[in-house]
Parts: sequence; C-alpha cells; structure tokens
Amino acid sequence: MESRFYEEDKLLVFKITDEIDDCSVQKIRRKADYEMERYMPKRVIFDFDCVTFMDSAGIGMVIGRYKFANMLGAKLEVRNLTQSVTRIFEMSGILKLIPVAQDLQEA
Amino acid sequence: MKDRIENEMKLEFISKAKNEAFARVTVSAFASQLDPTIEELADIKTAVSEAVTNCIIHGYENKQGIVKIVGHLKENEIILEISDQGKGIENIDIAKEPLYTTRPNLERSGMGFTIMESFMDSMEVESIVGLGTKITMTKKIKPKMEIEEEDFQMITKD
Repeated sequence: MESRFYEEDKLLVFKITDEIDDCSVQKIRRKADYEMERYMPKRVIFDFDCVTFMDSAGIGMVIGRYKFANMLGAKLEVRNLTQSVTRIFEMSGILKLIPVAQDLQEA
Repeated sequence: MKDRIENEMKLEFISKAKNEAFARVTVSAFASQLDPTIEELADIKTAVSEAVTNCIIHGYENKQGIVKIVGHLKENEIILEISDQGKGIENIDIAKEPLYTTRPNLERSGMGFTIMESFMDSMEVESIVGLGTKITMTKKIKPKMEIEEEDFQMITKD
C-alpha cells in the first residue's frame, strides 16, 4: 500500500496495491492507523484502483478505519472502486455510510 | 458444442492465512478449464477465500490444522467441498445470518456466508461440533456458445 499526505489540504491518500483478504488486511490496518496518527489529516481517502481482489475482510478493514478516522476527527472516503469491490461493499451496506470521492484528480 | 469435461482435484494445506491466496488462485486455475468469464472466476475466487478464511479463523482458531479442498468439474458446473477438522459450528442458521460474527472485536464483518451464498449457485454447510465443518458450493458456468447466440439475437433485433 502506498500513501501520500497533502499538507495544504490535510489530505491523506492510501492507494491499496495488494489483494485484500484476511491475511493482507492486518498489514494495511497497521500502516493506515500509524500514518493517520502521524499526520492527523482532516480527510482520508482509500483508493481501490489497483485492487485486483477483495473479499469480506475488506469490509471490516474499511469500517475499522472509518471509526478510527472519526475518532481522530477526520472524514474517510473511498474512491476508484472496481466492479467487484463495489459489489462487496454494496452487499454490506457500507456505502450508505462512507462516501465515494470523485472530485479529485489522480494522486 | 464443446466436449463435456469431467475432472477432479484435491488440495490440502496448513491453516495459514498466507494460504488463502494460494487456495483461491489454485481453484481458479482449475475452474478455468470450464472457460468461465472473468466475473464468474472472480465470484469463485471470492467464495473460496471466504470459506478458507472461515476454516483458518473459526474452525482452527488460528491453531495449526489442515484445510482440504475437493473440486469436481461436471459438464458446465464446478462443485467445491471445503472442509476443516476444527471446532465446528453450534448453530449453522445463526452463523449464516448476514453481519453475524463471533469476533466483532477483530473487525470481522460477518458477511462470509452471505457472500458465498450470493456469489455461488448453491451453498450447503455441514458441521459437527468438535469434529469439523464442510462447505459444499456449486456454480454453473454459462456455456460460451449460448452467450454468443444471445448476443447475435440482440444484434439482429436492432
């Protein structure tokens, strides 16, 4: 997973580059929480453009990061959802809670 | 019409989280003999990932055990049996409910069975407490000839 912090916007973007399953979410979770605490962003975006596989572990991971971001006073969004990622998120209903970001160019 | 394939495979591996990717990629390579679409293959991979994760996390509770996958290809259908010899499920109906999880503190979504049920054509759970759990899933792969004919009809209608 790659991350980039935009100081002027207090925006932290995570670009997930691994397949998302029970095994890989542990790594993603650790890195995301560490960077959120480090930068204290106002806005956090998870980019799914490079995600070739995701199972239900992705749902728990995103909800967990959403709660953590809220706790730090940041808003969490997701973006570039692939077809299969969208299907799994829609099944869980989390897109009613977490907005899909569209107003940004490629980070 | 394509020849009907009859084939079978067995796969056994240690209940390590790293083997989740190994299992779904192997099953997807096996399933590709039926010439599935990318979407059909993604559905199978996701369902296998859910089933194998359940064996590792819930069946064996992260202790070492063996996860077994038996796959059959019959005509245009794939039949998968994924089993563990772990602790078993006390109440299958409750376990299958969407959002039900025994481990909410670990960020589990409780969507595993729901995803298996909706991504495959059928899913059955057999479990005996103390002995283990077996999931049997099937999925029919749409023959490509039919799809081409449908597309052709749609084109000629226009």
